[in-house]
Amino acid sequence: MLAQLVFYVFAAVLLLSAAMVISVRNPVHAVLFLILAFFNAAGLFLIAGAEFLAMLLVIVYVGAVAVLFLFVVMMLDIDFTQLREGLQRHAPIGICVGGVLFAELIMALSHWTMAPAGVSVPLQAAPGLTNTAALGTLIYTHYVLLFQACGLVLLVAMIGAIVLTLRQTGSGRRQNIEKQHARTPEETLVLVRVPLGENVLEQGGFLRPQTSYYDTAVPGSYGSTGQPAVEKEETGA
Amino acid sequence: MAQFFYHTLAGQIILMLLETLAVLVPLLIGVAYLTLMERKVMAAMQRRRGPNVNGPFGLLQAFADAIKMIMKETVIPAGANRALFLFAPFLTFSLAMLAWAVIPTGNGLAVADINVGILYLLAISSLGVYGILIAGWASNSKYAFLGGLRSAAQMVSYEVSIGLVIVSVLLAVGSLNLNDIVLAQRHVWFCLPMFPMFIVFFISALAETNRAPFDLPEGESELVAGFFVEYSSLAFGLFFLGEYANMILMSGMISILFLGGWLPPLGLAPFTWIPGPLWLIFKILFCLFVFIWIRATFPRFRYDQLMRLGWKVFLPLSLVWMIATAGFLMATGLLPQVGGVN
Repeated sequence: MLAQLVFYVFAAVLLLSAAMVISVRNPVHAVLFLILAFFNAAGLFLIAGAEFLAMLLVIVYVGAVAVLFLFVVMMLDIDFTQLREGLQRHAPIGICVGGVLFAELIMALSHWTMAPAGVSVPLQAAPGLTNTAALGTLIYTHYVLLFQACGLVLLVAMIGAIVLTLRQTGSGRRQNIEKQHARTPEETLVLVRVPLGENVLEQGGFLRPQTSYYDTAVPGSYGSTGQPAVEKEETGA
Repeated sequence: MAQFFYHTLAGQIILMLLETLAVLVPLLIGVAYLTLMERKVMAAMQRRRGPNVNGPFGLLQAFADAIKMIMKETVIPAGANRALFLFAPFLTFSLAMLAWAVIPTGNGLAVADINVGILYLLAISSLGVYGILIAGWASNSKYAFLGGLRSAAQMVSYEVSIGLVIVSVLLAVGSLNLNDIVLAQRHVWFCLPMFPMFIVFFISALAETNRAPFDLPEGESELVAGFFVEYSSLAFGLFFLGEYANMILMSGMISILFLGGWLPPLGLAPFTWIPGPLWLIFKILFCLFVFIWIRATFPRFRYDQLMRLGWKVFLPLSLVWMIATAGFLMATGLLPQVGGVN
């Protein structure tokens, strides 16, 4: 009784939030509704007794995939008026695609028959085995080749994503930590013995350098063009 | 009486509520006093006195802070997304509380002793990023948004190494149940044979909770206060409490995964007199002390250094360690069998 009630609550919220994903205007809200939908799907898994799948759904989809979705969508700069302008022009194509999909759905569903309750027999795991262990023994023995193939597909996708986004940065400054750590004081520091009291000018009780910074600055560097105008005025006054 | 509590629906609900309260009330008091502990410990490390005016040894400071926070006005920025703006701190805080459902404080003493406890913890802690991301976006402020994005990237990066470290621990345990993980450490705590992973986990926990030296999402010198710059009053308070509750949670996870949970260091007479929950509390306090110690000691990381550490150092290290652990257990025949505690 209670389990059934919880099932219907989860299912209803799942369908509702799935509908909201495609109907809300704000894309960030859409992603948040998608996350809510994931959550409710996890809840349904829990009711079905598949606690491992439920947790995995939350960790992988909600904890990682949807975060990146949200990340990207938040940074999009969307102009809603521009979106609405496009609606008129693209409406015929949209209606065509929608019509094709709808026809396919009808064709598929017209041959669909619900199995009687007695026919569907849930797979029985070995007694005393948690469903984590049951899944593990199945995936890593019977389906090990498929599992490896999945891994390869993901690897290719990952390499593809990296190649697509890799940019050759020639001018950018990179930090080479190993090189920095390998430096010794002998390579970088020079101790210079400076004679006291040379090239110094006494001026109103203060010791000042004989030449101004503006005279000794490296040509072309900031300040080598002479004193800024404002400072000159002040000294002149 | 036992009949009522164990065999009727109403009784079970009441029992569940009582169990939840028994975890939440000490936790909230712990959070309140953790803020005081942090200020006191940091003060001692910097040769100051810390809060010492309200109550003896400043013990009432936590309540003074709470009252101040509640009495302030809640300011919602003009361009903010109202609903999400208020939802974010609530989410952060409630997630920090939710995770405690599976933490065992004694043999089998958890609100929910579930088979996939460690996955539940991982799932809840990976959700923590949403509170921060939503707060950053809903505030409609550049600083908050930058803080939120930084935090999201940081937490996702360090979750990877946290996950791999947990896998190496699980290899040695053979169960996802937190209770079994603690019981597997009867002979030796995992922090000894897996010392490098203990350190990796600890540092990742610092990054995961946005604590110094990884507190870049807050980065007050560049982002004012990061993702919660627009928050005030109770909404800010919830973020604050959530952060400290997360610290306690991470310390709890470290204690359970590496420091033997509620187990005493040696199964001998003087140690076994102290009850299990107290041992867990001691270990959590030790971890929290180290959290604060680190904050008082190290300067903040630069952002590229943070990412480099996560992806180029911790990820390969924990991956290699995981394979090495599996190989070692396989070679020595110590690999735990399906469904059993070793």
